[in-house]
Amino acid sequence: MSTIIAQKPKSLTDVPMHYCPGCGHGIVHRLMGETFDELGIADRVIGIAPVGCAVFADDYFKCDTVQGAHGRGPAIATGVKRSKPGAIVFSYQGDGDLASIGMAEIVHAAVRSENITIIFINNAIYGMTGGQMAPTTLVGQVATTAPKGRDPKLQGWPINMCEMLAQITGSKFLARVAVDCPQNVIKAKQAIKKAFENQVNNVGFSMVEVLSQCPTNWHASVPQALEFVRTKMMPQYPLGIFKDEGAK
Amino acid sequence: MPRIEVDATRCKACYLCVDVCPKKCLGPSKSISKKGYFPAEMQHSENCIGCAMCYRMCPDIAITVIKE
Repeated sequence: MSTIIAQKPKSLTDVPMHYCPGCGHGIVHRLMGETFDELGIADRVIGIAPVGCAVFADDYFKCDTVQGAHGRGPAIATGVKRSKPGAIVFSYQGDGDLASIGMAEIVHAAVRSENITIIFINNAIYGMTGGQMAPTTLVGQVATTAPKGRDPKLQGWPINMCEMLAQITGSKFLARVAVDCPQNVIKAKQAIKKAFENQVNNVGFSMVEVLSQCPTNWHASVPQALEFVRTKMMPQYPLGIFKDEGAK
Repeated sequence: MPRIEVDATRCKACYLCVDVCPKKCLGPSKSISKKGYFPAEMQHSENCIGCAMCYRMCPDIAITVIKE
């Protein structure tokens, strides 16, 4: 008699993922799949796939998916949620998508407190297009469009999205997590589950920012990339829950 | 006895599972997969405690943990 302790969630398809070896996207996809299974919402989830590495996310989730224009995920999610209030709508976005071209959409979705869930993957670089500087690129970090490292005098400072959105009354749940070690993956799962529970309970705007490793565009091995997340990203982007008004 | 199965068609040989295994049960395979990687494989199954940390860290969801 054998029992399965852990296996691929039922909400995910069997399609092998296209992400680079060691990338954090796959871990986040799995956590979301587990959440859909555990909350029993798999049949009413509608996802918004972004422009970026996760553009093929519709291949991996067994749910209906809309592929949005760059940065417009929260606006599309707003439309889907308002026309189908029973659906559980998530927008899956990267940092180049959400924090630069999509800045207006994310801020105003939070201002309106749209009852949607945002999964924000922060890897401090534009991944799919080949390693350009993102708004979240760290000071001194080398990118193809910042070959000498990001200089605040020239390119400004990185944006901390969770801290910024926490100022807005409409945002209800904001957490920053990482997927660099099993302990942080468990915490990330709790935050993602909470963000979807909030939507089921009509709490309002929920966002989980995930610090994710990008070994390819950081030009690092997988262990070096994990070390970069811990030693360079976490001081700039401290982990934690910045707002949790659903708990009151 | 817990054991794990690695789906060699999904594994991209990032070896996150090899690094996090507290009992150091996993290691790179000597045979090449269809994708062109040397997938992770169980090398010391007698030490496996079924903690599923490899499953938690696997970005390609290639690992299934089974308890016999």
